[in-house]
Amino acid sequence: MKTAHPVRHLLRAKDLADTRYREPLDVAALAEAAHLSPAHFSREFHRAFGEPPHQYLLTRRLERAASLLRNTDRSVTDICLLVGLRSVGSFTTSFGRTYGMSPTAYRAANAPAASRARPPTCVLQAYGRPHGSTFGEDSRKHPG
Amino acid sequence: MLKQLTHAQVWVDDQDEALAFYTEKLGLELREDVTVPELGNFRWLSVGVPGQEDVAITLMAVPGPPVFEEETRAKIKELLARGAAGGLFFAADDVQSTFEEFKGRGVEFTQEPMQQPYGLDAGFRDSSGNHFRMMSTD
Repeated sequence: MKTAHPVRHLLRAKDLADTRYREPLDVAALAEAAHLSPAHFSREFHRAFGEPPHQYLLTRRLERAASLLRNTDRSVTDICLLVGLRSVGSFTTSFGRTYGMSPTAYRAANAPAASRARPPTCVLQAYGRPHGSTFGEDSRKHPG
Repeated sequence: MLKQLTHAQVWVDDQDEALAFYTEKLGLELREDVTVPELGNFRWLSVGVPGQEDVAITLMAVPGPPVFEEETRAKIKELLARGAAGGLFFAADDVQSTFEEFKGRGVEFTQEPMQQPYGLDAGFRDSSGNHFRMMSTD
């Protein structure tokens, strides 16, 4: 009987964050997709992908928000809700820490990428996701 | 000067599982399935998009010794499971209905159909974790 590589379950959870970031998804739901307890899941995810799952999910949401700011004229509140975040205040704070400016300033500063090149969505999503913003949540210990 | 691309290779975790996935879930057709006893039962397995005769996808098992030592083999297998071993891009006439069809067959999606400046596109995985995309042709 063939069994899948254990990391494959973690990839499934990562894909879930990428597909369903619009929904009120949290680490517990991702852990469930990987068939692991939340604590064990967070450690294993971090080991496999180099960052904890809550950070992956948040940066995916911020990346999608940044894309909507660049490419649409939706309001900041709409965009916050469209990417699965419920508090506009904490969205604006997270966004500011990550991109160094408010969502409105970011929109004003960035023309749509499509006006310069036509990279496919996977490229935009993979290369556009902000890197390494842990907001101090990582100061709790994680195994290396 | 090169003339044409004939085969693109993807690593697969298990060739039987991959063959079933590519033919039954993605609707590709079997092109070649040859096992060579004098090469340690190496199995040359390829599939292709119906109607596109001149390009095939070889579903390659990750070999152990004498091709790769165990450590390399284990690393490739792990990269595959992490979704970090590459991918392929397909075109579809109707991305939305192909998405519905694949989803009904249990294909795992990384991105539901999304309108882009170049058309509608979606992302999915094969049975081994390889990342594939489909884009509308019009």
